[in-house]
Amino acid sequence: MLNSKIPAGKLEEKWTDYKGHCKLVNPANKRKLEVIVIGTGLAGASAAATLGELGYKVKAFCFQDSPRRAHSIAAQGGINAAKNYQNDGDSVFRLFYDTVKGGDYRSREANVHRLAEVSANIIDQCVAQGVPFAREYGGLLSNRSFGGVQVQRTFYAAGQTGQQLLIGAYQALERQVALGNVKMYSRHEMLDVVIVDGKARGIIARDLVNGKLERHFGHAVLLCSGGYGNVFYLSTNAMGSNVTAAWKAHKKGAFFGNPCFTQIHPTCIPVSGDHQSKLTLMSESLRNDGRIWVPKKQNDTRKPNEIPAEERDYYLERRYPAFGNLVPRDVASRAAKERCDAGYGVGTSKQAVYLDFASAIERYGRIEANKEGKEDAPIEQIITWGKEVVKEKYGNLFDMYEKITGENPYEVPMRIYPAVHYTMGGLWVDYELMTTVNGLYALGEANFSDHGANRLGASALMQGLADGYFVIPYTIGNFLADEIYNKPISTEHEAFAEAEKNVRERIEKLMNIKGKTSVESFHKKLGKIMWDKCGMARNEQGLKEAIVEIQQLKKEFWNDLRVPGEINEFNPELDKAGRVADFIELGELMCIDALNRSESCGGHFREESQTPEGEAMRNDDAFMYVSAWEYKGESKWDMHKEDLQYEVIKPTQRNYK
Amino acid sequence: MEHYNMNLNLKVWRQKNSNTKGEFKMYRVENISSEMSFLEMFDVLNEKLIADGEEPIAFDHDCREGICGACSMYIDGKPHGPWHANTTCQLHMRAFKDGDTIVVEPWRANAFPVIKDLVVDRTAFDRIIQAGGYISVNTGNAVDGNSLPINKDKADASFAAAMCIGCGACVAACKNSSAMLFLSAKVSHLALLPQGEPERHSRVLNMIDQMDKEGFGSCTNTGACEATCPKEISISNIAKLNQEYLCASLTSEK
Repeated sequence: MLNSKIPAGKLEEKWTDYKGHCKLVNPANKRKLEVIVIGTGLAGASAAATLGELGYKVKAFCFQDSPRRAHSIAAQGGINAAKNYQNDGDSVFRLFYDTVKGGDYRSREANVHRLAEVSANIIDQCVAQGVPFAREYGGLLSNRSFGGVQVQRTFYAAGQTGQQLLIGAYQALERQVALGNVKMYSRHEMLDVVIVDGKARGIIARDLVNGKLERHFGHAVLLCSGGYGNVFYLSTNAMGSNVTAAWKAHKKGAFFGNPCFTQIHPTCIPVSGDHQSKLTLMSESLRNDGRIWVPKKQNDTRKPNEIPAEERDYYLERRYPAFGNLVPRDVASRAAKERCDAGYGVGTSKQAVYLDFASAIERYGRIEANKEGKEDAPIEQIITWGKEVVKEKYGNLFDMYEKITGENPYEVPMRIYPAVHYTMGGLWVDYELMTTVNGLYALGEANFSDHGANRLGASALMQGLADGYFVIPYTIGNFLADEIYNKPISTEHEAFAEAEKNVRERIEKLMNIKGKTSVESFHKKLGKIMWDKCGMARNEQGLKEAIVEIQQLKKEFWNDLRVPGEINEFNPELDKAGRVADFIELGELMCIDALNRSESCGGHFREESQTPEGEAMRNDDAFMYVSAWEYKGESKWDMHKEDLQYEVIKPTQRNYK
Repeated sequence: MEHYNMNLNLKVWRQKNSNTKGEFKMYRVENISSEMSFLEMFDVLNEKLIADGEEPIAFDHDCREGICGACSMYIDGKPHGPWHANTTCQLHMRAFKDGDTIVVEPWRANAFPVIKDLVVDRTAFDRIIQAGGYISVNTGNAVDGNSLPINKDKADASFAAAMCIGCGACVAACKNSSAMLFLSAKVSHLALLPQGEPERHSRVLNMIDQMDKEGFGSCTNTGACEATCPKEISISNIAKLNQEYLCASLTSEK
């Protein structure tokens, strides 16, 4: 039943062949075709802008007050591209290989190869738009290294790469708005997909300022609505990031792929108390220079600077000498959890490890001293020079750390702990990025396609922009070419009326519970269940318990929720109530998926499946497939398998030692 | 860093919607930890209001890590509160002490009408960008990124201007509600790069034109914008903008 539509032929020729043979839509017809884009992050903004440039009539929606605020903006470290500007052996094949390996052999070869192929075009496009990437003194683009990789292929703009890329895409989008090719709907939320004769034909959206429901027609609908990490309550996602658009599509027939694949990022600022509303990431790029350690003694209460070098356990360097502090995210996260669980954690909560820049500061200081010909400068002077170099590289991240914790990371090591960061799972899509609903596409983090069971650093920005700038403009034509005969469907059509009625009734139901408990409390409870039982380590018993607990929580939610205010006004509590209701349903599916996948792979660690040294152990014979879940009614799903064929890469047990 | 708890009085602007008049209301919050962020303190207050059957206070926020530009509270007479180079979401409660009274208002500017409570409409900024804050390059036309070397100092200066998060604090801080710092940051970002060269003149003229239409005030060089900008966008960008505007006006054929 699942047809991934991967083109035939050699891996490296598939995308070129596809582009050479896919259907085209002539310019006069493009003007008659309407496309709806949900979300204006990197995937959505780049898709909306590019489709507008091509001449389609585009409507773009975001829940924020401006498309520029989508959460792609928070990405810090960088964007990968197989440019090989450093002459260090990089190539399209290596980027492809690293991504498949990093994803622990649970992604599709053809998709990942295409991603690697277009990666270089993304950098060129962004430079042309005026994205101010970091440069060397010769005026050429600068690169740095990232986890899970042995070449320097990451392009960056200080610690704000996501912001700069998004502003680039946003400007391209606003240009199309000015030209009249894109109509922008900010402070709008998609609350259902409208399906007519088996094809996605529009959406029901809610204007978040006045609460009114709106019907919008489109010949195709693109979901670029991001990931669902907020199901854990605490994550590095923005407060508004949610699964609602994707979940509504799922309930209308779009299969959900690998929902349990969650990325826990190793370097986040630890939780400081019950009041915590979100977690803040410290860019992975810090692992280029920072060394991670815990004391060798359990429950060591000394201050970090009082612990001599020989009493520190640089556990990543010890366990993984080949990659050291730059092992992939899933490996680094589990290693931190292992140390903390074993009683070596630091800080008041003991749920943290140190990320220490002292060696890097001294090393950079000595390089500066050499440059100045002052090798015998006193150590204080060397440290001062070193701090300046570190400030240049990571200044904004260090400032952010100090604002949040009140500690100066130039003087004391940072305390970090893993946190939910990204979801590799998402709506199942074929090679053309189409979901199992005709005419309904998913791009960027909202789809499941390219990162397998674990995403490498600096690859999310790459994928979002690849999908929006370079993939969907081709693949959507293959669908829309046959739509030129279909006139826009009136939003008076019964399918629109029916969808709007369902949305309205659900909103009224939420408002009319009139219970005692706030949305926030339910969200926190859900997050605790998910983190404890479907978080960094999972086991059969815990997952079974979690499913029961979530079902119970759902009952309580629909019996005891209190939403203040009214429907037809600006009401953030009501917006959030709908989102949390969807998260609760998603949480159950994530646990079901995690329970089914009794192997460990990438970010999904099943305690039952590990090597004697505690490393994740895959089971390729039983689980080399994508689990695509079909919604069959409340708490009921059917699983479909897409078997993964590795024609070029031979899967091996990952080894970063 | 020593942690402590505090009790606070909050004087907060409440306004049902853009058509009704607003007013200040007093609230008391207790046992606030010095480790909380300012918005987490508001979360605590809102949870209390919901429990008491009152309407929570609406405010814009999203990333809570100082980069999306959504949060926008005018705290004790300063946009984003007392800390230098900071956003509301990154302000932490150790900036305050037990017994303090904190006044919280929305951004005040004609071009930013209040939607509800502390939420304002900043779409005027989007329209200023639509007027020319971009480089006209369609996807697929780009040459190799390294075919055009850019002097590092210029690239860094361009980046420093591009760091603007579009929060609007500069407008809120300005006694004239001028959007010149916002606008100048975009003009500088693009004018400093060779890619921005072809549209350099039309860009600045069109963007200034749009800014005036939106009802932002004029710049009188008081520097409040720079002092309050969470990303430390320099007021020298406004000088650059004036220079660009003058050149463009003199050479414009319009």
